[in-house]
Amino acid sequence: MKIRFNLNFEDVEIDTDPLKRLLDVLRDDFLLSSVKEGCGEGECGACSVLINNKIVTSCMFPIGKAEGKNIITVDGLKKTKKYEIIRKAFQDAGAVQCGFCIPGMTIATEALLLKNPRPSIEEIKEGISGNLCRCTGYNMIIDAVKIAAERGKGLW
Amino acid sequence: MVKAYRPTSLDYALDILDQEPLYILAGGTDLMVKKRRWSGLSPSFDKNVLFISDIEELNKIEENDKYIIIGSGATCAQISEDTNLPYYIRAVFTNMASPGIRNLATIGGNIGNSSPAGDSLPILYAMDADLVLASKNSYRIVPIIDFIIGPGKNIKKDNEIIKEIRIPKVNFNKIMIKKVGTRLSTALSKLSFAGLGVMENNKITDFRAAFGAVGPKIVRNIEAEKAVIVLINSNSINEDNIRNLYSADITPIDDQRSTAVYRKEVCLRLLIEFIRTLGEGK
Repeated sequence: MKIRFNLNFEDVEIDTDPLKRLLDVLRDDFLLSSVKEGCGEGECGACSVLINNKIVTSCMFPIGKAEGKNIITVDGLKKTKKYEIIRKAFQDAGAVQCGFCIPGMTIATEALLLKNPRPSIEEIKEGISGNLCRCTGYNMIIDAVKIAAERGKGLW
Repeated sequence: MVKAYRPTSLDYALDILDQEPLYILAGGTDLMVKKRRWSGLSPSFDKNVLFISDIEELNKIEENDKYIIIGSGATCAQISEDTNLPYYIRAVFTNMASPGIRNLATIGGNIGNSSPAGDSLPILYAMDADLVLASKNSYRIVPIIDFIIGPGKNIKKDNEIIKEIRIPKVNFNKIMIKKVGTRLSTALSKLSFAGLGVMENNKITDFRAAFGAVGPKIVRNIEAEKAVIVLINSNSINEDNIRNLYSADITPIDDQRSTAVYRKEVCLRLLIEFIRTLGEGK
């Protein structure tokens, strides 16, 4: 099936199995290895992407449903000023250790701030509640999101 | 490789569904996991698939004088963020899964799955929700309590789509909603509870209690509810008679998430606590 969508601000088309997971299409067909597979069942959030500006676990999303959608991975986010703020905030807070969860955490941060530019600590916890990190214990990540929200005032 | 259809109107979807049996895929959060294989391989569907998430008429949330009407395609996120809905309906959906799943998973999917642990079910049972099942050129209205007939089993026919959920409006003023899981996010329920009541002029006029994940279906006992109303209003309610009324209905199992003993005891204590708060306002 032919599927047309917008990927990281570019119109793209692919002819593939409509049930193939968006996760696999992004990694194998579009070579976006920033999108990680952790659990493959929606528990870990490592495969999170934005679809029409909402966070979605791409391991549960068949590519056939992508028709006409806007999909953004960290690779697309990189083109924005907001990404620079999130990246620096994660760096300054020491929020990155092994790094495997970080593309998903970055997407979760962006999704949260899009909806709620000044989140409380509880709201940050809720915002990243679908993203597992096995290194940091989350406190530094929560700090990072808080720093990003403060520094990015007016951007979200 | 199976074929997929992606209609944008319900009529067209029902037309297709009338021709051949299909997997109906809305959010996909259960089906894509159930059918998954190793990474890089497409999930193994053995029938063609009907994507229904782009059918806008299924995604609406509306109300009229009598009913709240939730389209089967409304996502958990959509319901949880809809400020026109009663908070206790929204709260149930806010407590499900995680943000990334709530943006995909739909109320219709949760009902269609018919799992005894389906988190949306106790409140829908307690509120006497009806389902509208649409097929080509016809539809029928079925109470949710009759729709689900066992774990993962329901009476939906192959050519039917759950179109919407109709919830009768009642001004409940006594409410207790509880999900007991290992953690707040992404947890399947050990058990869940929905208690609703109406108190008018110091009398309880309506009382309902539904329990999830403690039997093959959601548990609701309408006879016991009537008895509870009489007992409360005659000031003769106590822990023992509550336990007597409900013990036989709550029949949980041991599994990896919890034990039968724990589930049953917590259910009864939640019920007792809810009934205690009903008595308090008298």
